[in-house]
Parts: sequence; C-alpha cells; structure tokens
Amino acid sequence: MRCKISFAAFLIASTVMITACGGGEPKSDEKSAESSTTEKPADQAGTETEVHGTEVKPGDVKLETPLNAEWVTAGKGIYDMKCQSCHKLTDERVVGPGWSGVTKRREPHWIMNMITNVDMMLEKDPEAQKLLEQCLVRMPNQNISQDDARKILEFMRQNDGVK
Amino acid sequence: MSRYLNRACLSVGVLAIVLSALPGCKPKTTSTAATGDATKSYVAPGKYDEFYNVVSGGFNGQIGVYGIPSGRLFRIVPVFSQSPESGYGFSEETKAMFNTSHGFVPWDDLHHIALSQTKGEHDGRWAFANGNNTPRLARVDLTTFRTAEILEIPNSAGNHASPFITENSEYVVAATRFSVPLDDQNGDVPINTYKQNFKGSISFVAVDPTTGQMNIAFQIRTPGVNFDLSRAGKGKSHGWFFFSCYNSEKANTLLEVNASAKDKDFVMAVNWKKAEEYVKAGKGKKQPVKYAHNVYNEGTHSATSTILNEVLVLDPSECPDVLYLIPCPKSPHGTDVDPTGEYIVASGKLAASIPVFSFDKIQKAIADKAFDGEYDGIPVIKYEAALKGEVVKPGLGPLHTEFDGKGNAYTSMFVSSEIVKWSLSDLQVLDRVPTYYSIGHLSVPGGPTAKPHGKYMIAYNKITKDRYLPTGPELTQSAQLYDISGEKMKLILDFPTTGEPHYAEAIPASMLTDKQKKIFKIEENAHPYAAKGEGQAKVERKGNEVHVWMTAIRSHLTPDNIEGVKLGDDVYFHVTNLEQDWDVPHGFAIKGANNAEILIMPGETQTLKWKADRVGIFPFYCTDFCSALHQEMQGYLRISPASSSTPLTFSTGTNKPAVTPSESTEKTESK
Repeated sequence: MRCKISFAAFLIASTVMITACGGGEPKSDEKSAESSTTEKPADQAGTETEVHGTEVKPGDVKLETPLNAEWVTAGKGIYDMKCQSCHKLTDERVVGPGWSGVTKRREPHWIMNMITNVDMMLEKDPEAQKLLEQCLVRMPNQNISQDDARKILEFMRQNDGVK
Repeated sequence: MSRYLNRACLSVGVLAIVLSALPGCKPKTTSTAATGDATKSYVAPGKYDEFYNVVSGGFNGQIGVYGIPSGRLFRIVPVFSQSPESGYGFSEETKAMFNTSHGFVPWDDLHHIALSQTKGEHDGRWAFANGNNTPRLARVDLTTFRTAEILEIPNSAGNHASPFITENSEYVVAATRFSVPLDDQNGDVPINTYKQNFKGSISFVAVDPTTGQMNIAFQIRTPGVNFDLSRAGKGKSHGWFFFSCYNSEKANTLLEVNASAKDKDFVMAVNWKKAEEYVKAGKGKKQPVKYAHNVYNEGTHSATSTILNEVLVLDPSECPDVLYLIPCPKSPHGTDVDPTGEYIVASGKLAASIPVFSFDKIQKAIADKAFDGEYDGIPVIKYEAALKGEVVKPGLGPLHTEFDGKGNAYTSMFVSSEIVKWSLSDLQVLDRVPTYYSIGHLSVPGGPTAKPHGKYMIAYNKITKDRYLPTGPELTQSAQLYDISGEKMKLILDFPTTGEPHYAEAIPASMLTDKQKKIFKIEENAHPYAAKGEGQAKVERKGNEVHVWMTAIRSHLTPDNIEGVKLGDDVYFHVTNLEQDWDVPHGFAIKGANNAEILIMPGETQTLKWKADRVGIFPFYCTDFCSALHQEMQGYLRISPASSSTPLTFSTGTNKPAVTPSESTEKTESK
C-alpha cells in the first residue's frame, strides 16, 4: 500500500478546509508549498520539492492486519534516529507525549499529518495546538516522507499491541 | 571638468528646481551625487534582493555575502580565518582546513573572488578566493556557502594575481606577487642577489568539472617580476591569460621608488593552450616541493589534509611561444578583458592614460614578429603594435575596469576618487562620478564574464572617513551602489562592509536561491562519531581520552549528566544535531573551553575538544536559541581526581542514583 493522494481529492479537501476556516486563508496551493517555510513570503519562495507538507486526508490511510512486519522494522529504525529523543514508547511525556496508546487516541491521518505536515497541524488543529501548549516545543519537521511516516505508524500500532 | 558639471546639472536640474534646495552644482558632495532614486535600493521587508554580492573581506580572511540593491549583509563565510560563529577552524573536523607546509595557519588575507563559469557565463556553482599571505586558493560551495577546499601554492609568495578563472572554469590561476628563490633552491642568499636568485611563478590550477576539486596542473617559471592582477581571455581570446607585472626593475628594496623607475612595465600574455601542449608532450619537469591540499567532506562532515611533494614546471626557455610581454605604462594594476575577449584594458596606476590592447593586433604582432627585443629571453611586443588606443586623461590612478555588456567600460580611479565610464569603441570618456573615498575595486554583476548582467555597479572604497557614525580609530568600510542602467551613473546607496573588500562579484539571486542546501540528511551522516538517534548516544574512555557521542534536539542534550571523567582527560564532545528542519542549528559550549564553541547544523556532527583541567562540576549548554525551552537545554560534567574510582556513567532524564523515590520507579532510561 502506498500513501498517495490524488490531486483532485486534495483540491476538494482544501476547499472544504478553507470554508471551515472562514475563508481567511491564502490560496491552498501556495499554503501547502509554504508549510515548511512559514516565515517566507509566498511570492518569493523557491520551489519546494520536498515531500514534507502535503496533507493526508481522512480515509487516505488504510490500516490492515496482520501488521506489515517490514514496515514495523523500518518504522522502528526511523523512530530510533528521528523520534526517540522526544517520544518514549511508554506513556511518559518527555519533550513530546509518550507513544503508548497513541493509535487508540488519534486517527491514523492525524498521526501522519503530525509527522509530515506539522506546520499545518499547529496552525489549524485544536488538538495539536493543545499539545503545543502542554509541551511548549513545536513538534519538529524531521524531514520524513509520507511513506516513512506510514511505516512509523505501523511501528506505533505494534507498540500498542496490534498483531 | 566644467563639461562634467554641466551634465550633472542637467541631470539633476528638474529635481533641483522642484526641491529648490540646491543652490548650485558643487562637485563631489553628497548633495549632487545622491540624486538617484532612493527607492531603487529599497527592498521591502520580507522581499528578496535581485543579486548576491560575493565580496572579499581582505585582511579578515573571509567572504561577505550581501544583497544588491539593498546592501544588506546576509552571511560571513569564513575561508582563511577561524570563525567565532560556526567554530570553523576550531572544531576537530575543520582544523585540517588550515593545514599548510608551515603547519596550522589560521588567518590569511583574502583579496579576490572568481565565480565559476561555463561558456563564459556564471554557472552558480563555486566561488574561488585567494589567500595572499601564505599562498593558498580556496573553493567555496555555493549551495552551502561553506569553504569546501583549500590548496596551498608552492614556489609562491604573496598569491595576489589569483584566482582568476577561464571561461569554462578549466583553470584558476595563482601568480606570485613576490618573486623569491624557488622552494627547492637554497634560499639562504643575500637579498641583493635578487636578480640572480629570485624567480616568478604562475600556477595553473585545474578544476574538476564535476566535483570542483583543484589540483596544480602545471607551473610556468617566469622572470623575477611582481605579478599583480590577471584575467583570462574569453571568446576569441580563450586560451590566453593576461597578467599585469610590475617591478620589471627587479628592485629588492624601496620599491616605492625603485620599482617605479621605468616608463613602462609589462602585461604578460600567456598562451595556456600552448602550455598544455608542452605538458602533454612531456616538456614539464617535476620539481620537489611541499604543499598541503585540504578537502572538506560533506558526508563525514570532516576535512582531511594531504601533503603533496611534487609540482610540474614548464621552463619558458624550453617552451617557446607561450609567454609574450607587452609594454604597459608605469606599474599596471588591473588587467581586464572585455566581454568580447578583444580588448585588454591595463591600468597603469601611476600613468595618466589607460592603454587598451587589441587581441587581434597582439596576434598579428606575434605573427609578424613585431618585437622590441627581449626581456629575460621573452619576446617584448612593440607597444604600438599591440595597442588599440589609449583613454586619454581619464583621471588619476586608474586601477580596475568592469564592463556592462553594452560597449561601456567603468574604471576606478583611486587617486582622483571617482569612477569613469568610457566607450570601448572610441575610448571617449562618457561620464564620471565621485566615490567616497579612494575607490579600489569595483564590481558590475557579471562584469568579468562574457555576458554582464549590468544594471548596478558597486564601488569598494579604501577610505571611509566621515561616511558613517564614527567608531573610534577603526571604521567600517564604505561601499557604494550606483545605478548604471541609464547614460549617467547615479549613486543610490552607501552600505558598510566588513574587513577590507578588494574584488567582488555579483550574481543573479535566481541562480542560487533554489540550490541552497537546507539540512544535512541524518541518514547520510557518515561521521565516525555520529550518534544517529539518541539510542546511539554514549560515552567511552580510550586511555586518557573520553569520547562523548552526544545528540542535540529541541530542547535537550543527550547525555546531559556525565560522571567518571578524570583530571587531565581530553574530552571530545562529538555533537550530532538530530533536527531535520531548516534553520534549527544547535550550539555547544562548556565552561573553561580553551578552544571555542561549536555550532551544529541540522543532521551534522561537529566535535569540540576540551581539557579536564580541574576537579569539579562543569556546566554545558546550547548556545543557539532554539525553542521556548532553550534555556533548559543544558547539562553537567563531573571531573574527579585522577586517582578516583568514580565509574564512567552518563544519562539523560534519569538521576543515578535516584534522588527522590518518585523518580526511581521503573521508568525507561533514555540511556
């Protein structure tokens, strides 16, 4: 399974999102291109080619059992390198919340967006904003692709006891 | 002069009437000069400049990167000097960049910039710069704005006529200012045996077209003159190089007088394509020398230094048709080639005219053997046979010339503090503007290439005096920006610069902005002491060395409690920044460091060496404000006596042993 999003679905979803936000947002395509460089003026920014920053929509992520063992292993490898500094596998909060139970508390697309599209989340998602108030450190962009984020999600599911 | 005044009056006339504030047109005052539209240099908040200006720092050994037209300073790139910002030259990884045959030389004098070219135009890949004092060449990567390579130049002393570049970046050159006894000769000779024992040397440093790596392809031995500046031919003159030479008198004392005795010195024309043929034919001789080649590896985040022991030398007496001398009025300084490659403009800095030589005429003179004898066995072309003509009475003290690609040349006049615009076709002076004060180099974006971008001209002045708020005896340097889009040059901005800028180049921002590296990928970090994830953070003892594999991420260092280090130990903090987002560096500093601090970019590993010089507790912390909890990003190192039995331990987030019962439950240790 690949975590691709059709452009049409993205456009529709963006429109819905803008409406929901009262229409005060800049054009959605500019916004998505800008999400990893929030401080830059939109009309001057260079073309962002990195995968980071494209929104994952509800329903985009399919969860299956049994777990994909390869993804679990790859996900743990990424966790060790890029996540472990701030997230324990228990429920202990260090810099960020512990991961125990996270796949039960959060929707899969919410988790994926928190990993790959954090600027959008901290700007718009009330739950993400609550977490920032608690932790006081912005969840960093760790330059993780959607495919890699999906593998991390698989590792989280295993951590939560899914077989 | 009065004609100039009239023109200046006309050009500002309307404005003057409207403002009715200008009683007259006094020359060389701010009021007449700064008539340009101030909005032309205004770049609104959040907007980008149109050009990067890559500016030599002179005696500070650095490069300043400014925006044009705003004059805003973006970055100081340390090249030949240690940096109290990044730790370049202080960190264990970067010390090797300063290695030379003389050992560690952490400060040099950086004069000239050459941006890489393809087909005679900027290609936005590298900036080359010369180290003048302990002769070196450096290459700066324009995707990171970091020094990627430094190459020492043997048989040289004062690498001044450098690093001028050919139109496809085949070579950057390095010609010696001081002639000296060669490196393999006994240099213990009386100084007044200059004429017998002192030689000049020009190095042709080849640039790898893919990696940019430099190596000395060959050197040409020359008479013992002083080389000053240079330019490569381009277009029709591609394959040739032109060097200005002074001290053809071969004086070894009071050069101020003794090297100015003759009416004419020389421009040396070098047929480097011909020299290449001699190298291929095996005419070069290997000479034993010693020089360092230092390369920074972005994968291992470390520099390595290699000492090389040989250089290939061409002797012009065995390689005819490579060198020719063209007489040039008194002590030529700049030798600049116009965008077509036809005209070579040489500025005799003590002369009252600017000779303009013609490449076609030089070729014809060589074919016709229109020579005026020889100098040390090198044919001297007859002055008139090479000359297109002279720019008559351009001003006093002509130094350097840049071009706008529209048939105009702009020459800086040091003594008369002005820039003179003149026409390449008829050599007539078209316009002149004052500079504040005593201009040295000048730069037009793309000015030295076959396709100048024009539009602006920047003057780098030698004297600042009253241009800025005074700061004691030492003042900032004064640069000035002119609009050259119209017939008249207009001063539109003063901006201060650091160090003492000599030459600079400007390149369109669009050629560089999209290529900028934002992070180093942690997955690709091949540093031998990288901790790629907190799970790899650790402390190990190797004899009296203690190595700390440390990670940094908002907002903690791991480990942040280290015990068991002993008095006299050398502690190496290998700090890996685990961040993968743009513009999130972390810093590292520890009390009592004799060396420095370091700044670590996302995904990078850098090492600070620290001596345990007394027993006690030593705090360390992040020096770069990284988050709301930056002030919490800190830790402690404990030093025990050498005889102590304190075990080597390290941790983050867990006290060992637990201090309070609630902290000692079965929490997972981060370590």
